Amino acid sequence: MNSTCTMTYVEAAIAALREEMQRDASVWALGEDLGRGGVFGQYKGLQNEFGPARIADTPISEAAIMGAALGAAMTGTRPVVEMRFSDFALCAVDELVNQAAKARYMFGGQARAPLVVREPVGMWGYLAAQHSQSLESWYTHIPGLVVLAPATARDAKGLLKAAIRCDDPVVLLEHKNLWPMRGEVANGMDALTPIGKADVARSGKDITLVSWSAMVHECLAAADILASEGIEAEVIDLRSLWPWDEEAVFASLRKTGRLVIVQEAVTTSGFGAEIAARVAETCHSDLKSPIQRLGSPRVPIPYAPLLENELKVSPQMITAAVKLSVRS
Amino acid sequence: MQKPEYDAELVHALGGAGLLTDQKNNPDIERLKDHYRQMLRIRAFESEAVRAIADALVPGFIHPSIGQEAVPVGVCAHLGRDDLLLSTHRGHGHTLAKGADAEAMMRELFGREGGTCRGKGGSMHIADFSIGMLGANGVVAANITIAAGAAHALKLRGKNNVVACFFGDGATNRGPFLEGLNWAKTFDLPVLFVCEDNQWSATTKTSAMLAGPGPLARAQSFGLAGTSINGNDILAVDEAAKNAVASIKNGGGPHFLHCRTYRHGGHTGTDPAAYRDAAEAETAMRDDPVATCAQLLRKADISESSIRAIEEEATAEMRRIKDNASHAPWPDKRIVYEDVQDLGAVEAGR
Ligand SMILES: Cc1ncc(C[n+]2csc(CCOP(=O)(O)OP(=O)(O)O)c2C)c(N)n1
Repeated sequence: MNSTCTMTYVEAAIAALREEMQRDASVWALGEDLGRGGVFGQYKGLQNEFGPARIADTPISEAAIMGAALGAAMTGTRPVVEMRFSDFALCAVDELVNQAAKARYMFGGQARAPLVVREPVGMWGYLAAQHSQSLESWYTHIPGLVVLAPATARDAKGLLKAAIRCDDPVVLLEHKNLWPMRGEVANGMDALTPIGKADVARSGKDITLVSWSAMVHECLAAADILASEGIEAEVIDLRSLWPWDEEAVFASLRKTGRLVIVQEAVTTSGFGAEIAARVAETCHSDLKSPIQRLGSPRVPIPYAPLLENELKVSPQMITAAVKLSVRS
Repeated sequence: MQKPEYDAELVHALGGAGLLTDQKNNPDIERLKDHYRQMLRIRAFESEAVRAIADALVPGFIHPSIGQEAVPVGVCAHLGRDDLLLSTHRGHGHTLAKGADAEAMMRELFGREGGTCRGKGGSMHIADFSIGMLGANGVVAANITIAAGAAHALKLRGKNNVVACFFGDGATNRGPFLEGLNWAKTFDLPVLFVCEDNQWSATTKTSAMLAGPGPLARAQSFGLAGTSINGNDILAVDEAAKNAVASIKNGGGPHFLHCRTYRHGGHTGTDPAAYRDAAEAETAMRDDPVATCAQLLRKADISESSIRAIEEEATAEMRRIKDNASHAPWPDKRIVYEDVQDLGAVEAGR
């Protein structure tokens, strides 16, 4: 089956979980307020369909949610953990980082922890410092974790399905701004997005823009503007941050020789730094101009819209960076 | 350890912890009127804030405490300026009752200049350190261990003050609740833990998620003294808080107040609370702290017109404040880079 249909990112996420729960009786989800459909409607209708044991409401107990999911994952089930806002996952960092991420290795390969941690990320709705963060680089730093960040409805579905089938703990970052975004989604129980493969969201010969999650769309908007000025930007949507598709980035760079990395997270020590370092180590002779990184300054996220907007990367900032690169 | 002296100077201007006498039968009328005024100020503030959402004046979330006003008013009546307060996402009532400037709070909700946190925090992070209000919190139960630490510092510095820490019933399911209460008792710290039990954790009924007899029993299992009261009865809260604060200030260690109340609206200012059983809500809302207080005033022969005057004054004050705040300027963009840290802070223009 290779037909497609159009749906929103949130509908795609619901469909993914529904299909995987139909396919595999060991899949279940746990988190706060899931019975009501989750904070963003990403569990809508599922408790009616699968019952409260498989779409489980929990106490406000993030450490127990994560720890219990690990225990259940090592005991023959595939839990999908809902953390509500990525910021609250920090209440369960021990359970994820010291426990789940290390269980397989530390126990000499005896354990598997097939759990998915869903974390809604990013600036959305002006919710300030404790409800808006993008902390992907915390997780890419941790051996044992898979880190995914879908930017489209297609990958919201395809990556959640792939994550559920993955035998290692996966952190799946779903951007709050993307829930209503529509896109073409592949039908079919086995229409997975492969983990570790980037998508060339737009091809071009003059410069490579590498991004993930919501910032992919800012890059595409910038590429439109640039095209009208005669600059052809290639936009790579990484989709997976660990493992990440180095080869896709290197191949694009060999063609364009120029690179701008765009992320919503704080630039300092962000995942963009890892990409820049690998490119510098590997493709130095292909580079025609210095690598640039765009992201948030190292500032907690403020509440007032006008202040929050100061931190966001805009298409205009991307086009400015591109022009700087193309001119040098 | 020597028991500290009770320091009357630290007691709030509202009347002081020692003044209540046989409140039920013979309430102190001026004090009751003051309670009524404070509760109505909270209700009017939040009603204006909720209306402001429709006017697109509030960029983020607010969590109204309408229906729960007697708890902050009764508790904060026993806090002096130098006593400390830690609050939650549902914190407007606590903050107003502690004496924060209502217009600065409204400006913060609107993300304007002159807000309590310069527009950087919003409703979930309102703080006013000048009156000992050490912050609302966007993370449920996170304030409980911080409160224990604030009290630890008071003890280290030899101060005879208390820390009041408010949180919901849902928060008692998080680890910091256990760790914070154990800490406060182990180090014998001056904390008044106030659990505002409105029966709901966002859109989930707390009773479905809570094992055992509830928050008070949990606190008692650590050896904390405590009581469970009708949190919609201002006299009950006033009396219980008086005793609790006095006990803490006399060296009795941490104290726990379990206040049964109800959230009249939804979890946030835009949540219609459709998941709630209509009969439950209707019954619960009949025990309205504001209406109960008005009844007490009537019983004490306060005229309808004086009662109405208090209401109108509160409404007018908050309407004016909303109007002022809605015309306040936006903050200067450059402040986004201020107050990050001293060393290695980023400059504007990255
Ligand atoms: C650690 C954490 N988990 C989840 C949330 C999301 N959340 C915000 S308020 C709330 C309900 C809290 O219930 P309760 O403590 O009873 O306080 P109430 O809202 O009733 O005042 C939840 C789950 C959060 N802010 N922090």
